[in-house]
Amino acid sequence: MNKKTYTDIDEVIYSQKLDNGLSVFLMPRPEMEKAYAIFTTNYGSIDLRFVPIGESEAVTVPDGVAHFLEHKLFEKEDGDVFADFGKLGASANAFTSFTKTAYLFAATNHIEKNVEILLDFVQDPYFTEQTVEKEKGIIAQEINMYDDQPDWQSFMGTIQALFKNHPVNIDIAGTVDSIMKITKDDLYTCYNTFYHPENMTLFIIGNINAESLSQLIEENQAGKRFADIAEIKREFPDEPEEVAEKYKEIKMPVSIPKCTVGIKESSSHLDKEAFLKKELLTTMVLDHYFARGGEFYQELYKDELIDGSFSFETNLETSFGYSLIGGNTARPEDFAAKVKELLLSTTHAEITDEAFRRMQKKKIGQILRAMNSLEYIANNFIDYHRHGINFFDVIPQIEALTTADVNEFLKEWIKEDQLAVCTIKQA
Amino acid sequence: MNLLVEQTVNKNGYNIHFIPTKKFKTLTFVVKLKAPLKRETISKRALLQNVLREATKNYPSRTELQLKLDDLYGSVLFVDGAKRGEEHVMSFRLEVANERYLPDKEAVTEEALQLLAEMIYEPYLENNKFSEAIVKREKATLKQRIQAIRDDKIRYANGRLIDEMCKNEAFSIHVNGYEEDLDAITAEGLYNYYLEMLKEDRFDIYVVGDMDTEAMEKIIISTFKQEEGSAAEVSNRPEPKQVKEPKEIIEEEPIQQAKLHIGYRTHTVYSDEDYPALQVFNGLFGGFPSSKLFMNVREKNSLAYYASSQVESHKGLLFVLSGIAPEDYEKARDIIREQMTEMKAGNFSEQEMNEAKDMIIHSLRETMDNPHGLVELFYQQQLAGTDRSLEEIIDNISAVTKEDVIRVGERIEEDTLYLLTAQGGEVNE
Repeated sequence: MNKKTYTDIDEVIYSQKLDNGLSVFLMPRPEMEKAYAIFTTNYGSIDLRFVPIGESEAVTVPDGVAHFLEHKLFEKEDGDVFADFGKLGASANAFTSFTKTAYLFAATNHIEKNVEILLDFVQDPYFTEQTVEKEKGIIAQEINMYDDQPDWQSFMGTIQALFKNHPVNIDIAGTVDSIMKITKDDLYTCYNTFYHPENMTLFIIGNINAESLSQLIEENQAGKRFADIAEIKREFPDEPEEVAEKYKEIKMPVSIPKCTVGIKESSSHLDKEAFLKKELLTTMVLDHYFARGGEFYQELYKDELIDGSFSFETNLETSFGYSLIGGNTARPEDFAAKVKELLLSTTHAEITDEAFRRMQKKKIGQILRAMNSLEYIANNFIDYHRHGINFFDVIPQIEALTTADVNEFLKEWIKEDQLAVCTIKQA
Repeated sequence: MNLLVEQTVNKNGYNIHFIPTKKFKTLTFVVKLKAPLKRETISKRALLQNVLREATKNYPSRTELQLKLDDLYGSVLFVDGAKRGEEHVMSFRLEVANERYLPDKEAVTEEALQLLAEMIYEPYLENNKFSEAIVKREKATLKQRIQAIRDDKIRYANGRLIDEMCKNEAFSIHVNGYEEDLDAITAEGLYNYYLEMLKEDRFDIYVVGDMDTEAMEKIIISTFKQEEGSAAEVSNRPEPKQVKEPKEIIEEEPIQQAKLHIGYRTHTVYSDEDYPALQVFNGLFGGFPSSKLFMNVREKNSLAYYASSQVESHKGLLFVLSGIAPEDYEKARDIIREQMTEMKAGNFSEQEMNEAKDMIIHSLRETMDNPHGLVELFYQQQLAGTDRSLEEIIDNISAVTKEDVIRVGERIEEDTLYLLTAQGGEVNE
């Protein structure tokens, strides 16, 4: 294991790449009550077309299969894995995003035993025709629940307006129709290809003993057989620079309309330094303008176009990227027009040295505050790691940014044909 | 186990609670103002929390206030309101990066603390009252917030259940206030209520983080000045209410997934000796994915995406929440009731009970890893008038026996079933 100490923020991290390809990170925080472990694969809802391991032709699988697989891994021949964690007083969970699937637990006792359960259940699939059929009812309920949530509809609607071909425009859970087509064989094909240790990361943080844990993980992994390491070939359709639809309207029962303006961010072909820089600048600039008290926020507030539900977010990935700005608004057309006008004005904006210094301070303070959460550290570490970036280098990178960097960024950031609007209105 | 301890000092007419720990990279300050829940004041309190966070005497606009916070390494200062049993608690929360982690070890804590005090004691005023413009604008924001609850169907269904179940009880008062009250609230009236609140509310200040408590105490005492003895501690245990006959309310909305929520009276509150047994009861019944509700409603019968239960600890209620297909209503209802019957009959094993205890202890300890979670754990004691250490809270869970769980279960009564279902959904009775 490699040990690295970050004295500025008082953190120590141990890392190791095992023979089977698995990346392991251990971060002791002895003063905490709990330990949090997250085991992830770089496989999400967008990975619908790929060459299965050991084959040569690409296949296409039904929408929603990554999420379906996540559900099914919890079920074993002798029962439900939730119960195994429960017996040890731990709470387990899992989630599927566009680009990753994660299995996790938090425990205050029996941490090593829980780590074994986590590794073993994720690495031992048990799919049968019967259990796959049974799951369809549960997932259909979950999809129906999301269909009733205006916030989720607003989110997916905006993504669909932004992306024409890229599978990010498909709901993570798929549709009731698409999941009905999923078979046990689909699950095994995806599992065997994407759950190879080489494509996975294990991160454990909290009240842990790094040495004994590391030994346990090594022994556990040495006892299992996996296919040889091979590069995974994924295919994505070509995606134009401009948005799919400039304006999208969804009718559903809501008391107050919702409106989101989406920015199609381009992040492909960036090396890791440029990627991190773009990510930091995008989030800092959005925060500067749209956070409470920010210049644009105040304009929207003054015009009574926003309320407490107003929010913004950025998600940059290798094959796609977006920023979303939105919330509840009584006047969605005015909101959209105003946000677009404000965004377009940034091309000619100049941020002063004083303002930029403040932006840096705010960002550093935000990260330190977020680091109170073990989950935040683990999840962010893994996300950055996927892009070849070390999370603990982020604060020094923020320090290294200059006013010139941000002003350069603003010149190129917003282009009219990369903006889309999605409105949710009363049917 | 070596759990954190709170050190409490009573000074200046309020309690200061220190929770020293090296767990966090921040210092967290929470000032809590508590008053009985009242229909006449709730809308004012809900509006007040928004108005106070807008501007202060020295930072007369939101932008100026925010720029100052940004300068203090993105310190966060916000206000929220919550219902705790039949009391309303307004919390002013400040989080500031611990200076030792800042690139140049800049001193920021004292300034940030001044800002927190200013938000409470020196609001931005125009002609000796709140700014008309801010009050008007914040009324609009609050109004939208009240309306938006309807769009979050789980919250809406739970709110409707409480409306029906606790009619004429203070607990049914909406924590966000009422739309119809807002027009009549003036900037002047709100300011008068604010002065009253400062005088009448009970204050508690919590400080969590790596600090020198003696030095911190001096800073707090010189910054926060309350009138001595202003707020007497009254512990008001809600009036017990027996269920005459369980109610069943069915409403329709254009939705695809129905919400089936059931409210029970537990006749057990936080300060009671039996409270830990109620927690264990809830853990077995519906608190966790391994509980009876999840296992039977979702796993065995594939009826729901979620099915769980939670305890309201100061009023003495228990809620079941489930999301189901509209046509499965009767089946789901019967299965839920069956699980309650099983629980009351003591149909659970020692092993299941020990697992539920472990889960409860785990979630308590997990809460201790979050600064606001810690504050809430200690503040519960303040609310209930109890004085248990974290160790005792955990030991009390461990000590619960099967007999305790059955005894506490015997007292639980179903009060109201609430179903929010799809329009035109067939409900056969």
